[in-house]
Amino acid sequence: MSKKFWYSLMAVLILTAVVLSACGGAATQAPAEATQPPAQGGKEVEVFSWWTGGGEAAGLEAMIKVFNTKYPDIKFINAAVAGGAGTNARAVLATRLQSGDPPDSWQGHAGQELIGTYVAGGQIQPLNDLYESEGWLKVMPETLIPLISQDGKIYSVPVNIHRANVLWYNPKILEENKIAVPTTVDEWFAAMDKLKAAGVTPLALGEQWTKMHLLETVLLGTLGAEKYNGLWNGTTDWGSAEVKTALENFQKAMTYANTDSASLSWQDAAQLVVNGDAAFNVMGDWAEGYFRELGKKPRVDYGWAPVPGTVGVFQFLSDSFVLAVGAPDPEAAVAWLKVAGSKEGQEAFNPVKGSICARTDCDKSLFGEYLQSAMDDWASNVVVGSLTHGVVANDSWKSEIDTALGLFVSNGDLAAFQTALVNACKASGPCK
Amino acid sequence: MKTKSLRTGKNWLYGPLIFMSIFYLLPMYVMLVTGFKPFEEVDLKTMWALPRHIAFDNYVEAFRHLAPSLRNSFVMVIPATIISSFLGSINGYVLAKWKFKGADVIFPLILFGMFIPYQSILIPLVQFMKSVNLTGIPGLILTHVIYGIPITTLTFRNYYASLPQELIEAARIDGASMLGVYRWILLPISIPSFVVVLIWQFTSAWNDFLFAVVLTGNTQWPITVALNNMAGSQIIAWNVQMAGSLLAALPTLLVYLFLGQYFLRGLLAGSLKG
Amino acid sequence: MFKNKDRYLSFLLVLPSILAVMIFIYGFIGWSIRVSLSKWKGLTPNFEWAGLKNYIDLFSDPRFMVDIRNTVIFTVVFVVGCIVVGFLLAVMLDQGLKGEAFFRTLFLFPMAISFIVTGVVWRWLMNPATGSRMSGLNLLFSYLNLDFLINNWHTTPTWGIAAVALAAIWQMSGYTMALYLAGLRSIPLELREAAQIDGASELQIYRYVILPILTPVTLSVLIILGHISLKVFDLIIAMAGKQLALDVPAIYMWQTTFDGLFYARGAAIATLLLISVAVLIVPYMWFTLRSEKQL
Repeated sequence: MSKKFWYSLMAVLILTAVVLSACGGAATQAPAEATQPPAQGGKEVEVFSWWTGGGEAAGLEAMIKVFNTKYPDIKFINAAVAGGAGTNARAVLATRLQSGDPPDSWQGHAGQELIGTYVAGGQIQPLNDLYESEGWLKVMPETLIPLISQDGKIYSVPVNIHRANVLWYNPKILEENKIAVPTTVDEWFAAMDKLKAAGVTPLALGEQWTKMHLLETVLLGTLGAEKYNGLWNGTTDWGSAEVKTALENFQKAMTYANTDSASLSWQDAAQLVVNGDAAFNVMGDWAEGYFRELGKKPRVDYGWAPVPGTVGVFQFLSDSFVLAVGAPDPEAAVAWLKVAGSKEGQEAFNPVKGSICARTDCDKSLFGEYLQSAMDDWASNVVVGSLTHGVVANDSWKSEIDTALGLFVSNGDLAAFQTALVNACKASGPCK
Repeated sequence: MKTKSLRTGKNWLYGPLIFMSIFYLLPMYVMLVTGFKPFEEVDLKTMWALPRHIAFDNYVEAFRHLAPSLRNSFVMVIPATIISSFLGSINGYVLAKWKFKGADVIFPLILFGMFIPYQSILIPLVQFMKSVNLTGIPGLILTHVIYGIPITTLTFRNYYASLPQELIEAARIDGASMLGVYRWILLPISIPSFVVVLIWQFTSAWNDFLFAVVLTGNTQWPITVALNNMAGSQIIAWNVQMAGSLLAALPTLLVYLFLGQYFLRGLLAGSLKG
Repeated sequence: MFKNKDRYLSFLLVLPSILAVMIFIYGFIGWSIRVSLSKWKGLTPNFEWAGLKNYIDLFSDPRFMVDIRNTVIFTVVFVVGCIVVGFLLAVMLDQGLKGEAFFRTLFLFPMAISFIVTGVVWRWLMNPATGSRMSGLNLLFSYLNLDFLINNWHTTPTWGIAAVALAAIWQMSGYTMALYLAGLRSIPLELREAAQIDGASELQIYRYVILPILTPVTLSVLIILGHISLKVFDLIIAMAGKQLALDVPAIYMWQTTFDGLFYARGAAIATLLLISVAVLIVPYMWFTLRSEKQL
C-alpha cells in the first residue's frame, strides 16, 4: 500500500464526514417528535428559569410551594440554570429547543426578547384564552399588554416587574453639597458639575451592560416616552437630530463617571453610592434588594427618584413564563402558568425576590417602602420597556446595539455610533 | 544518593520559590478571606482585610448547595479521566513507535481537534447524542473521553517519541509482542506522563460546565453546575461563591497531592539497563 | 522489522479514536462550516446558501478587528509567560529540595479553581481606582513603596488584554511546570553526570543537554497553551464583563450566537479560528514530524 493510498483514504473519510454532517444538519431541521409521555407515576411539569440564587431562588421556591398545594398530583421539575441575566441559561435553552427537547415552560424577559426569538421561531403558543379565563386583562396595566403581544396575541405571563429608570443617590452627599434631587437632564448635569467641582465622583458606573442601561434611560429622559417608543416601532428616526442630542447627553453623562467603570460590576458600582464614594447611580430597582442585603437603610443611606427627565414614566422589565409548542405535558404547563399569573403566586414570589407584582392588585403591606412607591407608580405611570433587559428590541438588534456601544465606549466617535445605530435598526429592527 | 548530589548548595533556590509562592498565594488569600466574610463586609476597599469574625456560615451554605452533585461529579469524572488517558497512551504509543503508513497524517488530524471551539458545536453534539440515545451521564462521559483524546494523545506521543527506539527493539529481540512491549516496557516508565495527563483530564472534566449543562438533566448535574447555580442572575454573593469554589476545588487538590508523588525520577535509567 | 500482524493491530488500536474524531470533531466542524455559509439568523435553522458573505462581513467588522488584535497579544503574552515561568519552576523543583510537594501542589492549585471565580478575584486585585478608593494590587504596591508598579491593569487601552493574560498565567503556569517536571524527571541522570564529567557547567547542561531532549515536551506545551488561549472565555467575562476593549473571538462567537442569534456569523468566527490554527500549527507539525524522522 502506498503512501498515496493513505492520504486519499483520509481525504475521503474527512469529506464524507463533512458532507454527511452538512446534510444531517439540514435534515434535522424538523422538530423531533418530542411528545413523549411523561414518566410513569403521573404528570410532571418541567420549568426552565435562571432563578438559582438568593432571593430569586427563594421566591421561586415559594411559588413552587403554592403550585404544589394547588396541584398536588403534578410533579414540579425545577430546571434552573444560572448565568449573568440568564446568558448561560439561554444558550442551554436554545440548544434544547433546537434538539427538539423543549421544557414545558420557560422564563424569558417579557417583550421582544421573547417575541423576536421564540414567537419568530414558532416555539411558543399564544395565551389569550388563558388571559380571558383567568381575568388577567383586568388586573394587569393596560399599557403593558401591547408590549408583550404580537398581532393581538399575548405570548407570556409576567410574574414580576422591575423598574429600570431609577436614579439612586446618596442623601448625605446631596445634602452636604446643597443639591436638590434633579428632575430634568439639565438639572442633573448642573448638579453633577457642582459635585465634580467639590471633588466628589458624581456618577457611579460599571461594566458595559450598565452603560447600556444608562444609555436607555438617557434616551428616554431626553426624548420622552412617546418618541422613545418610536425608536422601537420605527416611527422615531435613529438618525435624527433629537437622537443625536440624546446621544450627546449620554456621552456627557459618561464624563461624570468613575474612571474605573470598566472593572466594576453593577454591584461594585451601586456600592459606591451607599459607601459615600459617589453621588448617583442609574440602575434597575434590584439594586434596592442589594442595598438591603448590605444592611443599608432606605432614605438614610440611599434615596431614589426617577432618572431625570423620566418623571411619570415607568420603564419596566419583567420575567415571564411561556407555553412551549410541543410541550411534553401542555396541561401541566398551563397549570403552572395559572399559578405564575395568580395573585397568590405573585404575592409569594415578589416580596422575597424584591420586585413588584405584574398584577396591580397585590397586597401592598407585604412590601417594603421602596417597593410600595414602585407599586403606586406601576399602577399610575406611563409604561415603557427597557432595552437592556429585553423588552423593546429583539435579541439580534440588541446585540448589534451592544456592539456599537462597545465601540463607542472605546473610541468616543459619536457620529459613527449614531450611524451604527441607524444600521442596526435597519438590519434587525423595524426601520426600512 | 542521586538526589543528594543534585541538592547540595541549592538552598538559595528557596528565595525565588518563596517569591513565586507569594504570587500564587495572593489571589487565594483574597478568596479565602472573602469566603469567611458576611455579605455586607464584601467590599473592594477592604478586600485585604481579615474578616471581623471567623464564621463558617458561607462554607456550610456552599456545601449544602454542592453536596447533592458531588456523587454525579465523581461518577462522571473518574471513568472519563481514566478511559481517555489510556486511549491517549495507546494512541501515543502506536503513533510514535508503530507508525503504520499514514500515522503521521492521523496524528495532526487528531491533534487539530483540540482547537475546536466547543461552544460552536453544542447543537450538533446534542442532536447527535439524542439521536444515538446517549444522554445523561454516560453521554457526558463519552463526550469528555472523545474531546480528551487530542490532548492525551499529544502528550503521550511526544513523550514516547523522545524515548530511544533501541528500547523497543531490544524488547522485540527478546520476543515481546507489540502489546507486550507496551505493557512491560513503556507503561511502567510512562508514569510521569500519566500523572500530567490524569491531572489535565481530571481538572477539565471536573471543571467543565458547558457540556454538563447541555447534556445532563437537573438530577445529574455535576458540581460545576451547582456552583454556578449558587449565583443568581442579579445579586451575586461573592463570599458564598468563593467559599463554594474553594470547596469544589478540594477533590482536585487531593488528586494533585496524590498524583504528585509520582513525579518520579530515573524510571527510564532502570529500564535501559534491563 | 514490523510484522504484518503488528501493522494491522496498531491500526486497529487507534481506529476507535479515529472514528470518534471523525464524527465528533470533523463531522461537527463540517456542520459548523455549512452553517457559516448559510443565512441562519434567529432560533429556526436556516441553511439557505449565503456563500462567503459572513466571512466578508467579519473582515469589515471593527469588532472582529479588535478581537484579532486582542487574541494575538493575549496568546503571545500568555504562552511566553507560561513557558518561562513554568520551565523555571520545574527546573527549581527538579533539584530535589525539601518541600517540593508543597510548592508543586501550590503552583498547580490555581488550575483547579473555577475560572469564573478566579476572574473575579483578579478583577478585584487589578482595580485601577486611585486616591481614597485605591485597592487591590495597586494599594499593595503603594503600601510597599513600589509606586512605579501602580497601573491601570486590564483597563489600559490596547494593552489591557495583557493584564488578563497575567491572570491566565497565574492559573495555567502550574500545569506547564508539571509538564516540564515530568519531562525533566524522565531524563536519565546518567546523561547529566556524563556531561558533568566532561566539565560542563550547570547552565551548559541545561542549554545543550536538557533543553534539546525536552523539545517534544515544549511542543506539547505550545499546543496545549495555544489552544487554551484561543478558547479563553470565562476568565475574560469574569474579569471584564462583556466589553469590547477586552473582546476576543470566543466571546464574540458566544455573544453573537446565543445572545444575538446570528448563528451563521458565530459559525464563521469558529471556522476562522480553526483556519488560523491550521495555518499556524499544521506546517509546524509537519516540520517537527519530518525532523523527528531524520533523528
